[in-house]
Amino acid sequence: MSAAITIAGVHKRFGNLRALDGVEFNVERGEFFGLLGPNGAGKSTLINVIAGLTRASEGAVAVLGHDVVSDYRSSRMKLGVVPQELVFDPFFTVREVLRIQAGYFGLGAECYPWLEELMSELQLANKADANMRTLSGGMKRRVLIAQALVHKPEVVVLDEPTAGVDVELRQSLWVFIRKLHEQGHTIVLTTHYLEEAESLCDRIAILNHGKVIALDTKQGMLARGIGRRMRVCITTAEPISALPPRLTEKLRRQQANVIELELDRDSDSVIDLLDEVRSTGVAVTDLHTEEADLEDVFVELVRQGRK
Amino acid sequence: MNSRGFYTLFYKEVLRFGKVWLQTLGAPIITSLLYLLVFSHVLEGRMEVFEGVSYSAFLIPGLMMMSLIQNAFANSSSSIIQSKVTGNIVFLLLAPLSYLEMYLAFMLAAVVRGMVVGLGVLVVGIFFVDLPVHSVVALVSFGLLSGAVLATFGVIAGIWAEKFDQLAGAQNFIIMPLSFLSGVFYSIHSLPPFWQKLSHFNPFFYMIDGFRYGFFGVSDVDPRFSLAVLVASLGILAILTLAMLSRGYRLRD
Ligand SMILES: Nc1ncnc2c1ncn2[C@@H]1O[C@H](COP(=O)(O)OP(=O)(O)OP(=O)(O)O)[C@@H](O)[C@H]1O
Ligand SMILES: [Mg+2]
Repeated sequence: MSAAITIAGVHKRFGNLRALDGVEFNVERGEFFGLLGPNGAGKSTLINVIAGLTRASEGAVAVLGHDVVSDYRSSRMKLGVVPQELVFDPFFTVREVLRIQAGYFGLGAECYPWLEELMSELQLANKADANMRTLSGGMKRRVLIAQALVHKPEVVVLDEPTAGVDVELRQSLWVFIRKLHEQGHTIVLTTHYLEEAESLCDRIAILNHGKVIALDTKQGMLARGIGRRMRVCITTAEPISALPPRLTEKLRRQQANVIELELDRDSDSVIDLLDEVRSTGVAVTDLHTEEADLEDVFVELVRQGRK
Repeated sequence: MNSRGFYTLFYKEVLRFGKVWLQTLGAPIITSLLYLLVFSHVLEGRMEVFEGVSYSAFLIPGLMMMSLIQNAFANSSSSIIQSKVTGNIVFLLLAPLSYLEMYLAFMLAAVVRGMVVGLGVLVVGIFFVDLPVHSVVALVSFGLLSGAVLATFGVIAGIWAEKFDQLAGAQNFIIMPLSFLSGVFYSIHSLPPFWQKLSHFNPFFYMIDGFRYGFFGVSDVDPRFSLAVLVASLGILAILTLAMLSRGYRLRD
């Protein structure tokens, strides 16, 4: 069986700029896939190639086995895309926009009940007859999501669906997207909120300068060297004037009476360090440890790429 | 064939100009009416172009055709550039529509707008002047074909233009001069020989000449020849449009 998305040797050049530089991976059916990377990494460009909105300079992409250029009708029928930009047609109401979009996909009145359901799921029901122009940014974002789903596509790609969205809406979007995934849709999500990717995605690709610099399961990502690191924050009664050399080595940050240390889980012991701190004669008033999270992995990988 | 998809885009395009009808249909009809009032008042009685045809009667088919083609062009070109500039063209580009379906939908909707405006000018015009009808077939075929040629040209301009002012340029430097110099207000026989010859290279001349034939049964050139010129123009422009669309020119770069 073909993968949900097959990306084979994709290059995209804009003049001299290599927006995509030999991207190659598959998204499997039923996966919740995260596509991460700093601004300008090429995430949206890759999504545009998958959606057929831009043509790759080299390489090929298929959705459920259908080439996005030569077999575009089938590939587009199976793909729903939520674009990053908040675009809308100012001439129409929410309901009209959804009916028109469904019509483009060959669907008529038989899908109207589904469109009503989508609107109520996305809390747009009371805006159904409002002109797109009059909606707030968050509402426009939800209409974009509904538009991507009018034809019940098997594969759904969301380009930063939670950018510029308030906390409450973000959480309700997570619930909504999770539900889509549970119903069997393959999901590809890009986001700059790493905790979002960490809590939602099974597998993650990190893109930088048009190249995939890491591709792994979430657990695999976290278990990389970086994952064996641990951060310890120690608060003392008063600032430590002279840190013992063993602590200076591990120091990440020092601010007034708080020091933050980075430890190797295998070779360092928190107890020993605490003893070192006490040996300076100040009392420890608070201590907490933090595991490395996706953000640490991300920052580390992107930094390595810059060297 | 995604016929529902095609029909939806066509319907959306019609709805789009229908929602702002005052601007898209009302305004051009009023403009034509003003031309009619001013020119017929100034020139009535001083000029007889065809024997037994008053100047006002002569003018109305020209004004109809001019507003028909200008509005057909305006509709497809402005709709496409607006979608490009606002970015909502992605919704169309994400859909499983073929280039032919896209082209036909934009083109036909623009022809509808052109025809509605043309008819509006006629309805207003016959309040003032009686018009004979020589051949309904000629009127309908010249109306539809001319609208289709300009609608197609509008699709090309809309795809090509990246900013509104480029489109305004096409409108002011190509469409307006060619339609004004095509014999809307005069018969080319009243022009000096050089300008007469030059007019034969203006495709708009054949539109208006053939259309007038439909009313009066008289024309500067054989209407069959005019028809052939229009069919050929439409064919060339349609092929160009489809080639642009299939390469993704400025739409899927
Ligand atoms: N149409 C275009 N013409 C020229 N350059 C482009 C075009 N589209 C994108 N780029 C360039 O390609 C690179 C990748 O852009 P892209 O939008 O894919 O990044 P991204 O990973 O989505 O970033 P962000 O997180 O900011 O959305 C950038 O350097 C961008 O400037
Ligand atoms: Mg992006």
